[in-house]
Amino acid sequence: MQSLVSITDFSKQDILQVLERAAAFEANPNMPLLSGKVVATLFFEPSTRTRLSFETAISRLGGRIIGFSDASSTSISKGETLKDTIMMVANYADLIVMRHPLEGAARYAAEISRVPIINAGDGANQHPTQTLLDLYSIQKTQGTLHGINIAMVGDLKYGRTVHSLLQAMSLFGAHFSFIAPQELAMPREYKQLLEARGIAYEEHTDLAEHIGNADIIYMTRVQRERFLDPMEYERVKNVYVLQNKMLQNTKPNVKILHPLPRVNEISTDVDGNPKAYYFAQAGNGVFARMAAICKLLEC
Amino acid sequence: MKEEKHLKVSAIKNGTVIDHIPSGSLFKVVEILALNRCKSQLTLGNNLESKLLGAKAIIKVADRFFADDEMNRIALVAPQAKFNIIRDYEVMEKRTVTLPDAIVGIARCMNPMCVTNHQPILTKFNVVSKKDVLLQCCYCDKVTDQEHLVIIKNG
Repeated sequence: MQSLVSITDFSKQDILQVLERAAAFEANPNMPLLSGKVVATLFFEPSTRTRLSFETAISRLGGRIIGFSDASSTSISKGETLKDTIMMVANYADLIVMRHPLEGAARYAAEISRVPIINAGDGANQHPTQTLLDLYSIQKTQGTLHGINIAMVGDLKYGRTVHSLLQAMSLFGAHFSFIAPQELAMPREYKQLLEARGIAYEEHTDLAEHIGNADIIYMTRVQRERFLDPMEYERVKNVYVLQNKMLQNTKPNVKILHPLPRVNEISTDVDGNPKAYYFAQAGNGVFARMAAICKLLEC
Repeated sequence: MKEEKHLKVSAIKNGTVIDHIPSGSLFKVVEILALNRCKSQLTLGNNLESKLLGAKAIIKVADRFFADDEMNRIALVAPQAKFNIIRDYEVMEKRTVTLPDAIVGIARCMNPMCVTNHQPILTKFNVVSKKDVLLQCCYCDKVTDQEHLVIIKNG
């Protein structure tokens, strides 16, 4: 029995298999492969977009959904432990999708559950189906995952999506440009991972000058609360805002991705540019999640 | 002037003498080995002179012998500790400790948002560096270093 807690739980082969399946679901979105199956969606903290994406995926596969979208209305508010909740729900459902505010909650659930677990986010730690939909979006728009030039922009220190994407893309020999203020630079351990795999990367602090060669521009939000010095935030906050005019000299195939929600890091004048892909990217989440669910349930 | 020479801690007939414990780690070692619940004769010495450590602690416990995995548990807080196994007042064997590859249920994860700090879950770590004592949590993946190491108290 396999669970999906971190993207590193999937091998390169697993990932390619899931992406191929996602493409098949996109071509034919209503496949009753989960007919007669029950999937629990346990949202110990609210997340409308992720929950709706999972529930759409399950519905399109013909599965039934049980669960909750807010732990305050459940026995958890009476002090029930995570273990007891998971042990109980594992008796009812064939698969558990869970989001939890505590880091490591999904790994623990996978350890004790008798049915597979999909981690739909554990605090600031992991969110592997986001990575699958990012990979699917890259493959779909570029035709391949191999040898992609990817510029990661913004908060590269705390952003879980960029860390997981880096781990996965490093399996396919990408070239990375990290564009971030020094306070939010890519942590050392991820650069060491790339070095160990013989993968080239470069680091910059200026956005406009370093996206000309990119196939993918992966934007993330620079948050005020991440800065010890508020003056430093004021100095850099506008440096990492992508504007339509910056895209003039970029490659014709470049696509802009963002895990959403966006605040102001992508100017709204970019939305109409065919290089903007972030809304289509979110739509790809349903197909990637359908494929991940079927992989774990072996159906 | 006559040189004053006497044993600061009395000898034991049979049992274990744990030597070369850093002074600050004595009570952590007591916790880890659950010696607070030990019923046999137990002698603790702290802030003793040591050429190796500056100030050291020593534990003598009568009629008690430790398995390898028990001894290695204290490597987290006393990496240079030596277990002297005493039989009939003689040191029969000296054992050093080595940090195991995995640590279960001894230390707390330093990540305040880790699930193990909020739910009744046994902590588990992989030792990613034995030299610097770096422990990676098996649940949240965060690394706890020696400076932030907190030992879980025994019941």
